[in-house]
Amino acid sequence: MKQIPCPHCGNRAQAEFVYERSADSVVPLDAEPAVAIAALFSRANLRGTEEELWRHAHGCGMWLLIRRDRVSHHIEWVKPIGPEALP
Amino acid sequence: MSKYSALQLLRGAFNGQSHWQPAWRHPDPKPSYDVVIIGGGGHGLATAYYLAKVHGITNVAVLEKGYIGSGNVGRNTTIVRSNYRLEPLGRFYEFSLKLWEGLSDDLNYNVMFSPRGALTLGHSDADMIRLAEKGDAMAVQGIEAELLTREQVMKIEPCLDFSRQARFPIEGAMIQWRGGTARHDAVAWGFARGADSHGVDIIQQCEVTGMVMDGNRVIAVETTRGRINAGTVAICAAGHSGHIAAMAGLKLPVESQTLQAMVTEGVKPMVNTVVMTQSLHCYISQSDKGGIVFGGDPDNWPSYAQRGQPVTMELAIQQGLALIPALSRLRMLRTWAGVTDMSFDGSPIIGPTPRDGLWIDGGWCYGGFKATPGSGYLFADTLANQRPHLIVEPFGLDRFERGTPVDENGTGPFPNHR
Ligand SMILES: Cc1cc2nc3c(=O)[nH]c(=O)nc-3n(C[C@H](O)[C@H](O)[C@H](O)COP(=O)(O)OP(=O)(O)OC[C@H]3O[C@@H](n4cnc5c(N)ncnc54)[C@H](O)[C@@H]3O)c2cc1C
Ligand SMILES: [Zn+2]
Repeated sequence: MKQIPCPHCGNRAQAEFVYERSADSVVPLDAEPAVAIAALFSRANLRGTEEELWRHAHGCGMWLLIRRDRVSHHIEWVKPIGPEALP
Repeated sequence: MSKYSALQLLRGAFNGQSHWQPAWRHPDPKPSYDVVIIGGGGHGLATAYYLAKVHGITNVAVLEKGYIGSGNVGRNTTIVRSNYRLEPLGRFYEFSLKLWEGLSDDLNYNVMFSPRGALTLGHSDADMIRLAEKGDAMAVQGIEAELLTREQVMKIEPCLDFSRQARFPIEGAMIQWRGGTARHDAVAWGFARGADSHGVDIIQQCEVTGMVMDGNRVIAVETTRGRINAGTVAICAAGHSGHIAAMAGLKLPVESQTLQAMVTEGVKPMVNTVVMTQSLHCYISQSDKGGIVFGGDPDNWPSYAQRGQPVTMELAIQQGLALIPALSRLRMLRTWAGVTDMSFDGSPIIGPTPRDGLWIDGGWCYGGFKATPGSGYLFADTLANQRPHLIVEPFGLDRFERGTPVDENGTGPFPNHR
């Protein structure tokens, strides 16, 4: 099984993690309606590398930002989530 | 195109079956077509077939990056049914099911449609209430459904675990007798042969790599076999819809995920219907060769890889074994995966896009095989008349921003629901 390096727990089996959404679908609190609608209801859905929000659901429970290739599944990096990680 | 018939077979018996001809041509692309369809899966080929046959629009090309049938049309678990709760879905899938019933004759190609019954098991009172509700919703739309007791299910599927200690006790079921399975490759081949015989060019090994715009209008596609001009461009690319829409600068309410399936060695008949369940996500049927065909949940994260993770497979198998313990004796022969275009409400997207001349048929999630003839017919009608057919109108690309999703499971606007 693939492993995801959790910044808090180290390498853990992917089955412990859940995918939440792509990073570009996070809606800023002060977004105009058109921007919010686009963020909520459309995705770049690239056949390539994207940044995504995951959660270490069956581990430390923390939210993570992962940059990942959607074809090879190669993980470029995993970052803890915090104010600096959000758009 | 010569018609397939028993007489033709018999004649072939005397000439060593030497009369067989290729079922479709392999033309080079022309510089320009009235309609260019991107994707030679079930939907692209069916759309081309009905465009030519029903609307007389024959200057049509189907562009396929690999070979036809290499996508989800040849990877699915072939379940065909129209057992939906919401009216727009019931209307649409029932339209499709009616076409399935006459499809082999219409195409003069045996798609082996086998209406053996689509059985949905209930494992609790709550399940049975939901099944009754769904059956009533179907009946109101004139689609037959039958609620079955535990004893009735025992007669239909004796191999299920009916013991009270079962991990998933069986309290009853709902069955749509007209549902069943079909031979998926034959569906692709039958529509291809039919479309080709009406003059449609099926161009394989031809990947669309870009779109040529004139202002807001798509006027041509760039391909690995050169530029092809088009009056109308239709996206029928299933899991790759988003990737292709991006070529026209569009983002879709779709996320591409992997869905897996698997099949065991062939055994004598033991599963009579298509077995599904209200609470689990595991569906089981037996192919005509005797293999037990299994499917489960998608791998719930975006991927274009066409290869699944073992954890998801294991989950599906665990559920299958709990339902039919005898399956533990069988060897799994093959597993595979396809890229599915998960829409945000689980319903398809059919209609115009914000670009002039660009139309889409996508968002099929893991349920678009049963839609193949229906969506082909209605999308062809939509393209021919340059407006959505009434039955597909609820499935517009803009339904989310308008606040009118078609959310059968009531799970909200995320592609991860099931
Ligand atoms: C494992 C699995 C099980 C399933 N089980 C069922 C089921 O039981 N019942 C059911 O109803 N549905 C099921 N489905 C869903 C169903 O198979 C799909 O919804 C349906 O086949 C999608 O439409 P299609 O046949 O046109 O897609 P596809 O056959 O995938 O056709 C799309 C085509 O577009 C081509 N393409 C992509 N990009 C390009 C490009 N740039 N240029 C040219 N061509 C391109 C692809 O190569 C592909 O051939 C299942 C799917 C999977 C993966
Ligand atoms: Zn962790």
